[in-house]
Amino acid sequence: MAKLRTRNHKVVLARSAGGDAGISVVLIILGAFMFLPMLYVIMQSLKPLDELWMFPPRFYVMSPTLKNFRDLFTLMNISWVPFSRYIFNTVLVSVAGTFGHLFLASLAAYALAKIKFPGRDLMFQMVQLSLMFNSTVTTITSFILMSGLHWLDTYTALIVPAWCSSLGLYLMKQFMETNVNDSVLESARLDGASELKTFWVIAMPMVKPAWLTLIIYCFQGLWNAGASMYIYSEQYKSFNYAIGQITAGGIKRAGASAAAQVIMMLVPITVFVISQSNIIETMGSSGMKD
Amino acid sequence: MAKNVAEKQASSRELTKAQWKLKEMKQNWVAYVMVAPYMILFTLFTIVPVVLSIFISFTDFNMLEWPNIVWLKNYVTLFFDDDIFLIAIKNTFIFAVIVGPSSYLMSFLVAWFINELPPKIRAIVTLIFYAPSISGQVYLIWGTLFSSDSYGWANAVLIKLGIIDAEIAWFQNEAYVMPLCIVVSLWTSLGTSFLAFIAGLQGIDHSLFEAGAVDGVRNRWQELYYITLPSMKPQLMFGAVMSITGSFGFGGIVTALAGFPSVNYCAHTIMHHLEDYGGQRYEIGYSSAIAVILFLMMIGANMLVKKILSKLGT
Repeated sequence: MAKLRTRNHKVVLARSAGGDAGISVVLIILGAFMFLPMLYVIMQSLKPLDELWMFPPRFYVMSPTLKNFRDLFTLMNISWVPFSRYIFNTVLVSVAGTFGHLFLASLAAYALAKIKFPGRDLMFQMVQLSLMFNSTVTTITSFILMSGLHWLDTYTALIVPAWCSSLGLYLMKQFMETNVNDSVLESARLDGASELKTFWVIAMPMVKPAWLTLIIYCFQGLWNAGASMYIYSEQYKSFNYAIGQITAGGIKRAGASAAAQVIMMLVPITVFVISQSNIIETMGSSGMKD
Repeated sequence: MAKNVAEKQASSRELTKAQWKLKEMKQNWVAYVMVAPYMILFTLFTIVPVVLSIFISFTDFNMLEWPNIVWLKNYVTLFFDDDIFLIAIKNTFIFAVIVGPSSYLMSFLVAWFINELPPKIRAIVTLIFYAPSISGQVYLIWGTLFSSDSYGWANAVLIKLGIIDAEIAWFQNEAYVMPLCIVVSLWTSLGTSFLAFIAGLQGIDHSLFEAGAVDGVRNRWQELYYITLPSMKPQLMFGAVMSITGSFGFGGIVTALAGFPSVNYCAHTIMHHLEDYGGQRYEIGYSSAIAVILFLMMIGANMLVKKILSKLGT
């Protein structure tokens, strides 16, 4: 048996210096691969025109300027549909989609996790199965469905499908199962609280990390949504789509497009930084049993 | 007589079983009310479209005329008469087989490497690796890095080093489109499964490692194999599902960087084919058949990998 190393009466785990060094090197290389392109986007957005078109290209910006951001706002002001409209569309769809999803999914997750009723296993299995294919599969038939419902070219077509995304329900149900104590619920029921009240007053406050995660996931998805098949009218299109139009403007707009990308990425990244610990906590119970 | 009584008893027992179930349903009516709004929408926007696709895939529906049933004709055409579809299947498989496992492995290794770092540093490293997957269209920067003129980094560096003497149009060149798109999608692929792994590793009871050290685990690789992996099997399973689903649904990055269709269909995937026939030509029957095949591929790959993973450590 290997000699046991201890420090302050605690077992010290076997870690070789060589392994630590090797892992650090791999981590730094992978980290550079991930991080440098992101940093380059920010650099590009701060470069004046002559630095953007310089040969050979230079990574760092020498005389940083906010001109690209100003150009972006000018471009926004001369667009055919006012830019504020695109922003309004994205914010409206993101907020309405996210909160509807949060409410419906946690209501259903509570019932699936904490009430035993015939059919609940089947329902959850359906949701779990739906994690195994992505929405590409259903785009065409959903389109027919939307046209049948006369929802094409309305906000409804973007908002309502977001309410029933399956990842949110899955994470919420798993988290409730492991983190909400049955005996607490039981005593609330014995005290005469209705199931709805138990859900709202007792269970929901206990699963704060899960609903934060759900909000973030749903919001990110909707915020990053580009052009949708269900929308034709310019005035219902998303912010991301409009940014894409600016980016497609070519050489003249390289600076403004880098600025636009920085603005687009700042929102989800900031949201993640604020809520990282909650998301990780939720993911702790994301595991799937066979 | 006695037999009759026994039968009667049996039937009454059965009756009570059904009654009991009904009673259970009645007792828990609140649960049904709570599940209903979500489940109705879920059925309408997830289950119905899948089932509908299967039905429509046997017809020649085109949104204008009343559909005729053509049975397997769409599938036969796809596999025997549509060369581009065969390219799409090949490319989708190549993407899935390379990107799926690589991103899975990378997510796990990075999560494992950073697991023992102090919490503050770990949070920063997590952000660095996770950021590309949540930043929308930031991957367009790869178009700048590999742009077709000498202002792009790849061309500038290669010309300076004397390896090439004329610019390469990276995203218009059949030889480079696929590999580049694979690299870019790997760059954006450390998503949900990565976070699940970080959480899974954090959740392992530390006393297990100490017990392992006492029992003679000599290095971190043994620890990984004997303790870490078996302890986080549920997360590994969840991560696999997320990675596989993501890698098969791949295509948006190709459209954004290499255009649609890509040069000579060299990076054409099933998703593109589906969009082409469904979204642009309105051959709904045909595109539904494509969707059904994509659906079966995703479910099949998931089932297979789940089966393999469930054997892990047993």
